[in-house]
Amino acid sequence: MDTFENIIRDLEWEKTRKEIMETTTEEVLFALKSRQKSLRNFKALISPAAAPFLEEMATISHQATQKRFGKTIQMYAPLYLSNVCQNICPYCAFSADNPIPRKTLTETEIREEAMSLKNAGFDHVLLVTGEAQHEVGTKYIGKAISLVRTIFSQVSIEVQPLETEEYKELIKNGLTSVLVYQETYHRNRYKIHHPKGKKSNYAFRLATPERLGAAGIHKIGLGALLGLEDWRTDSYFTAMHLFYLEKKYWKSKFSISFPRLRPIERDTRKANTNQAMNVISDRELVQLICAYRICNDFVELSISTRESETFRDYIFQLGITSMSAGSKTNPGGYVGGEKSLEQFEIADHRSAAKISEVVRRKGYEVVWKDWENQWQIV
Amino acid sequence: MNTEFTLAGKTFSSRLFTGTGKFSSGKIMEAAILASESELVTVALKRVRGGGQGDDILDYLKHPKISLLPNTSGVRNAKEAVFAAQLAREALETNWLKLEIHPDPRYLLPDAVETLLATEELVKLGFIVLPYIPADPVLCKRLEEVGAAAVMPLGAPIGSNKGLCTKDQLAIIIEQSKVPVIIDAGIGAPSHAAEALEMGADAVLVNTAIAASEDPIRIAIAFKLAVQAGRIAFEAKLPRPGNIAKGTSPLLSFLTD
Repeated sequence: MDTFENIIRDLEWEKTRKEIMETTTEEVLFALKSRQKSLRNFKALISPAAAPFLEEMATISHQATQKRFGKTIQMYAPLYLSNVCQNICPYCAFSADNPIPRKTLTETEIREEAMSLKNAGFDHVLLVTGEAQHEVGTKYIGKAISLVRTIFSQVSIEVQPLETEEYKELIKNGLTSVLVYQETYHRNRYKIHHPKGKKSNYAFRLATPERLGAAGIHKIGLGALLGLEDWRTDSYFTAMHLFYLEKKYWKSKFSISFPRLRPIERDTRKANTNQAMNVISDRELVQLICAYRICNDFVELSISTRESETFRDYIFQLGITSMSAGSKTNPGGYVGGEKSLEQFEIADHRSAAKISEVVRRKGYEVVWKDWENQWQIV
Repeated sequence: MNTEFTLAGKTFSSRLFTGTGKFSSGKIMEAAILASESELVTVALKRVRGGGQGDDILDYLKHPKISLLPNTSGVRNAKEAVFAAQLAREALETNWLKLEIHPDPRYLLPDAVETLLATEELVKLGFIVLPYIPADPVLCKRLEEVGAAAVMPLGAPIGSNKGLCTKDQLAIIIEQSKVPVIIDAGIGAPSHAAEALEMGADAVLVNTAIAASEDPIRIAIAFKLAVQAGRIAFEAKLPRPGNIAKGTSPLLSFLTD
């Protein structure tokens, strides 16, 4: 059967990693010159051999992004609905075994949070929950979407993977896009990082973008949690996933996010990962972002407030097309919820207004609205 | 300088139509459009905020000579397009519509089948429909039959700046069309625009080449002049390669009358 799981079944992680690490300068030069949109070129451009060519990569990426997306940056904000979660993910503060207070927003609270974001200028909201089918099941999410779609013209979600039929229902409610990160494509290590809960099912999570495509969603967001395993190999699998999905679900748009684990989070959560080996540096993250753009003119690339002010102020010109701003990662955070509920520490605390001022000063326009969700439910 | 151009009963003194996406700010967009002297400007309805939310794209387009041409960018089929068109008519108070249906979100190539269906429906609903289409001469005739006010065949994919890659097809369309032919998409340089007008296209629509350039205002002026030059050349009957040449040897010497 034509599924991504079947395609990568026989692909050996270690062999792939070795191929990336052994890329030659000639292969990198070929990738830079040919500008061909291929996985082979992506592999070369994320390799250590491409590192000396970062300036050239940044130039190509910058130009290609401006040509396709113009001098614009899309802006969105996450709205955390709940931090209740049944999974155990040692790297995440929402992990079921982490003794933090739990909260799920009521309809009134959702509306208050939404209005607070709307007043800050946002028109694209990303609804986020932990993964808890009982507490925040499809019905709850559907209700939340119906509620906020009267306030925002674009509604995205980042919640537990659902079934095709459930996605179809949510699309009818006004859902435009879904983010679902595989975290790591390393099948065996995935189990170690996700020992319990529904999330421990690697195959079910991996097939989520295909269920979304089958449901006819407008946009699908992919990503690997950078730092969990070797970032190059995980990114290679992510790109392969992207290329595969673009061909299969040719009517859907795709975006890539770059969540990276920060040492501090792992210390806090005492995760069992080899930090020194897997950590991705700022320079390497730039390389990764540029590699995506050079090998794919169309994919949207997104950066969150996990990243520092300085990094964000420069990176948005090198391939990024959308940013979050003024984010709170705790349910109720915008109207003053408890900080102890948050999923991860924000590095860029500036308000949306402040960030859009920076973006404008650098000659870019902030795009708040780029969708009309009324169209999709006719 | 050029003869005026009439489209659906409205007269335009510029044959350069422009877009509003990809600019670095509303102010630069406004200045570039004014410099281009374009009188018909297309706006993606999905970008319009409306409701007095401030910093709206429309705030920069309030000039007596500029008419708005809402487009349906973002819709994927005829059904969505018809719905979006009705919202556009309400929001922008115009029944003019640039019909764009591209189910492929990457190259944004238009869906000929859905476009024909939507055009037929929208004409019945009283819209002045300008459909963005592949450079297909037969499709153009079909659209003409169902009442399209013009046809907007592409030179190359949107934003590609590749020029008139579909030149041979465009020549057939221009030759056969009863409605105005506006070359849309792919025009990446003033020379491409001049070429389209030289060929006899009635107008061109340019966006990326102006908006994503280093100096949108000066590039807009360059496009304005290129479009004027191309039109003058066409009206002055510029000989084009492929035109029938005069025979150099006397083939008709046997005729005595």
